[in-house]
Amino acid sequence: MQAPPLAIHIKGLHKSYGKVQVLKGVDFSVASGSIFALLGSNGAGKTTVVRILSTLLKQDSGTANVSGFDVLAQPEQVRESISLTGQFAAVDPILTGRENLIMVAKLRQVKNSGRVAHDLLQRFSLTEAGGRRVATYSGGMRRRLDIAMSLIGDPPVIFLDEPTTGLDPEARIEVWEEIQSLAGKGTTILLTTQYLEEAEKLADRIAILHQGTIIVNGTLTELRQLLPPAKAELVERQPTLEEIFLAIVGNKEARS
Amino acid sequence: MSAHVFSNTGVMLNRSIRHVTRSMDTIITVTIMPIAFMLLFRYVFGGAIQSNTDNYTNYLMPGILLIAIASGISYTGFRLFNDMQSGIFERFHSMPIARSSVLWGHVLTSLVSNAISVVVIIIVGLLMGFRSSAGVLAWLAIAGILILFTLALTWVAMIAGLAASTTDGATAFSYPLIFLPFLSSAFVPTATMPGPVKAFAENQPVTSIVNTLRALLEQQPVGNGIWTAVAWCAGILIVAYLFAMRTYRRKIA
Repeated sequence: MQAPPLAIHIKGLHKSYGKVQVLKGVDFSVASGSIFALLGSNGAGKTTVVRILSTLLKQDSGTANVSGFDVLAQPEQVRESISLTGQFAAVDPILTGRENLIMVAKLRQVKNSGRVAHDLLQRFSLTEAGGRRVATYSGGMRRRLDIAMSLIGDPPVIFLDEPTTGLDPEARIEVWEEIQSLAGKGTTILLTTQYLEEAEKLADRIAILHQGTIIVNGTLTELRQLLPPAKAELVERQPTLEEIFLAIVGNKEARS
Repeated sequence: MSAHVFSNTGVMLNRSIRHVTRSMDTIITVTIMPIAFMLLFRYVFGGAIQSNTDNYTNYLMPGILLIAIASGISYTGFRLFNDMQSGIFERFHSMPIARSSVLWGHVLTSLVSNAISVVVIIIVGLLMGFRSSAGVLAWLAIAGILILFTLALTWVAMIAGLAASTTDGATAFSYPLIFLPFLSSAFVPTATMPGPVKAFAENQPVTSIVNTLRALLEQQPVGNGIWTAVAWCAGILIVAYLFAMRTYRRKIA
């Protein structure tokens, strides 16, 4: 059996800002159609990796390939095959939600931009808000719109840089559901996050970026084996505050 | 990719024009201040100023238009700065589009919004007694010089918008530009000024531009002054463009 083709392949990536070495030889690969979580604390260099992969930043040394294209030699082909959803929702607050979507569709030369916008608004439960300026949206609505904008043109690889940072639990679960449904359709997703639970819930593979290098890379099962085997203990498990919160506000997770 | 440069720039222009029309306060600020100056000079100082002309509103008009453009371009810097800060600039740069369209959208918007304020101010001027006997060709020359002047200052604004780290930094550069017409032949003849001020006034770009516009409006011969005016605008445009592109490349490197 052949291994699935690689959507992302990074080898020996180095990047410094002045004297500060942020990436000190980062290697990892992401198989097509999988969800890969890049885990790390603030300032670990996750965003730097994403910015290099999305051709916004040039590495000092090492190679990075996306969909088989080199980010330095073929940046235009790379941009054809990716979408970036950054840490801070990159939406235009003065335009309406619908206008934001139409703008991206026109830039990507997608035909029938009005139809595309209509469908995405519906899919992300923004139909009602579609005619309002984005400045009036809540954080969760902005993030949903941001992700919707990233899906236009069906790019095979999507980078989600801390997609749920700053969201309330309900909004976070909505974003998670959308990520899972995307991966189900064959989109490759590189997710950066500082929430361990998020990586555990979504990712096929998890890599931990720490002080400029990948210190662990594997499936959740493989990562668990790095620790001493679990002991069976009878402990009464108290509900987490998140579970209580969701139960009280009538959570949407109950549906799925 | 570059095949889509016009389509991409069109989308960017459309977006940025909406920014202008949805914040009417910027249009009002840009036109109100020059109109206020026009009223002030025409009805307060006008009586005391010896401009050797029977229609002081005509005399004022070129300088007022330049003030309007100089204050209008500060919003261009502001809009570009906001894009840089908000992350939408990075979104555009990670998309398969002609990257130059991101900047050109702002440049074209600057031309359109300044043209609107110029027209508004001329209309107000007409109400205050501004009259011109200029023909079609002269008006085309006036439009050409104003466009060149706007383009030159717009690229200065682009440098500020790209390089600034605060909103104030992105707009403050325009204050000295707004005051340059006061140290020129825009409101009083330079002959009335003391030596050093006169020397500065006569050799700075605004004076040659104002004199050329005034000559065109009054159907007087423009002489070599028009080439001095064009050379100033083109020179500023080229230098500002090169600096803006250098700043831009450093930002996206």
